[in-house]
Amino acid sequence: MDFRWDILQEYAPFFLKGALLTIGLSLAGIIIGSILGLAIGLGKMSPSKILKLPFVWYINFFRGTPLFVQILLIHFGVMPLILDTPQPIISAIVALSLNSAAYIAEIFRAGIQSIDRGQMEAARSLGMTKVQSMIYIILPQALKRMIPPFGNEFIVLIKDSSLVSIIAAPELMYWGRAAQGQYFRVWEPYITVAILYLVLTLTLDKLLQYIEKRYSNQ
Amino acid sequence: MIQVKNLVKSFGDLEVLKGINCEIKEKEVVVVIGPSGSGKSTFLRCLNLLEDFQDGEVIIDGYKLKDKETDINKVREEVGMVFQRFNLFPHMTVLDNITLAPIKVRKWSKEKATEKALELLRKVGLEEKAHVYPDSLSGGQAQRVAIARALAMEPKVMLFDEPTSALDPEMVGEVLAVMKQLAKEGMTMVVVTHEMGFAREVGDRVIFMDGGYIIEEAEPSQLFDYPQHERTKSFLSKVL
Repeated sequence: MDFRWDILQEYAPFFLKGALLTIGLSLAGIIIGSILGLAIGLGKMSPSKILKLPFVWYINFFRGTPLFVQILLIHFGVMPLILDTPQPIISAIVALSLNSAAYIAEIFRAGIQSIDRGQMEAARSLGMTKVQSMIYIILPQALKRMIPPFGNEFIVLIKDSSLVSIIAAPELMYWGRAAQGQYFRVWEPYITVAILYLVLTLTLDKLLQYIEKRYSNQ
Repeated sequence: MIQVKNLVKSFGDLEVLKGINCEIKEKEVVVVIGPSGSGKSTFLRCLNLLEDFQDGEVIIDGYKLKDKETDINKVREEVGMVFQRFNLFPHMTVLDNITLAPIKVRKWSKEKATEKALELLRKVGLEEKAHVYPDSLSGGQAQRVAIARALAMEPKVMLFDEPTSALDPEMVGEVLAVMKQLAKEGMTMVVVTHEMGFAREVGDRVIFMDGGYIIEEAEPSQLFDYPQHERTKSFLSKVL
C-alpha cells in the first residue's frame, strides 16, 4: 500500500491547529459544564418536587438525545435567534457545555450523596449554615470521589467534540474531513486524526491518574 | 435551660415520641436510658432540631426552636453535640476539625481558635495529635476529639448521643473520663447512653424512656435502686 506522506506534510499545520481547537473546545466545555453541572446537580437534589422538575428534565433531555442532534439544533435553531451570524465555534462550545453539564450534574449529585449523612449533621450541629456545611465539609470530600468519573467525562468530551466538525468548527476532525475531501484518501487523514485523539486522551488519562493518586494520599 | 413541652415526633406513620415533657436546668447532668427503639436518640436530636418534630415545643435558653423568629444556627452555636459515630471531618487535621466552626461561625481569629483548640486537646489528652488526620486515631481518641470540637464553640449545653456505643470496650473509659470531668466543671449535659455506671455516678437525674414516653425520672440512686414502674424494673433487670 502506498502511503502518501505528502498529504500529512501539507496538512500538518492544520492538524496542529485543529488539535489545539479540540483541546480548547473540550476545556471550555468541561469548565462551563462543571459550573452549570454543579448548579443543576444541586437543583436536582432539591427536596421540593416542583423545584427539581426542570433540572430533572434538563438532564433527561441532554442525556437522552444524541449530542449530534443537539449540535444541529443549537447551531441552526437556537443560535440564529441570538446572534445575527452564528459562529460555529460558539455553537460548539454551547452545545458541548450544555451536554456535559447534564452528565457532570449527575456526577456531582452522586458524589455529594455518597458522603455520610453524619458529616452534614456534625457541621450543622456546630452552627454552620447549610451553605457553609456544603462548602467546607461536603464538597471537598465529594470532589475527591468525583475525580475518576469526572476524568471519564472529560475523555468522552474530547472524543465527542469531533461531532462539531459537522457545523464546520475547524477542530481536528474538521481538518481530517477536509484532507479526505481534497484527495479522496481515507487512511492518511483519518488514521492521523485517530492517533492525535489517542495522544490527547491518553495524556489526559495519565494526568488524571496522577491527580487521583495525589489526592487519595491525603 | 431546656424546656420540652408535649413533644411529638413521627417518621411517616410511625410515632416515635408521643408527648415528651421535661425540663433541664443549668449545670444539670441528665442521663437518658431505655431500650433501643424507645425514642431516646430521636428525643436528643430534636433538642437541636437535627430532627424536625410535628407538635409541641422545645425551648433552649429562651429560644423556641420552631419559632419563625428563631435562627436555628444561632441556637446550635450554644448546643454542642457528640455523635455515636464521631463524625469527624476526614479531610481535615484534628486541629482544623476543632477550629473550623469557631472561625467560620463565631468569627474568631485563627490565632484565638488555635489557642482554644490546643487548650481543649490538652484537656482531653490529645495535644500531640493536633496535626494528624482523623483516620489515624483510635475510636476513643476520635471521640475525645469530637468532644473537643463541640466544646470549642463554648456551648452552654452538650448533647451526647450514645457516645461510647461504637467504641471497643477498652476505650469506653477514656471517653467517660472526659465526660465526667466536664460534668464536674458544671457543664449542662444531656447524655443518651447504655453506660449505667456512668448514669449512676455522674447523672443528677436519670430519665427512663420506653415506647416514645418518659416512663420514669428520678435521681440515679432512686431510679436504679427503687424503680417504681414495671417497665423500668424489667429493663434494669436486663441491663444491670
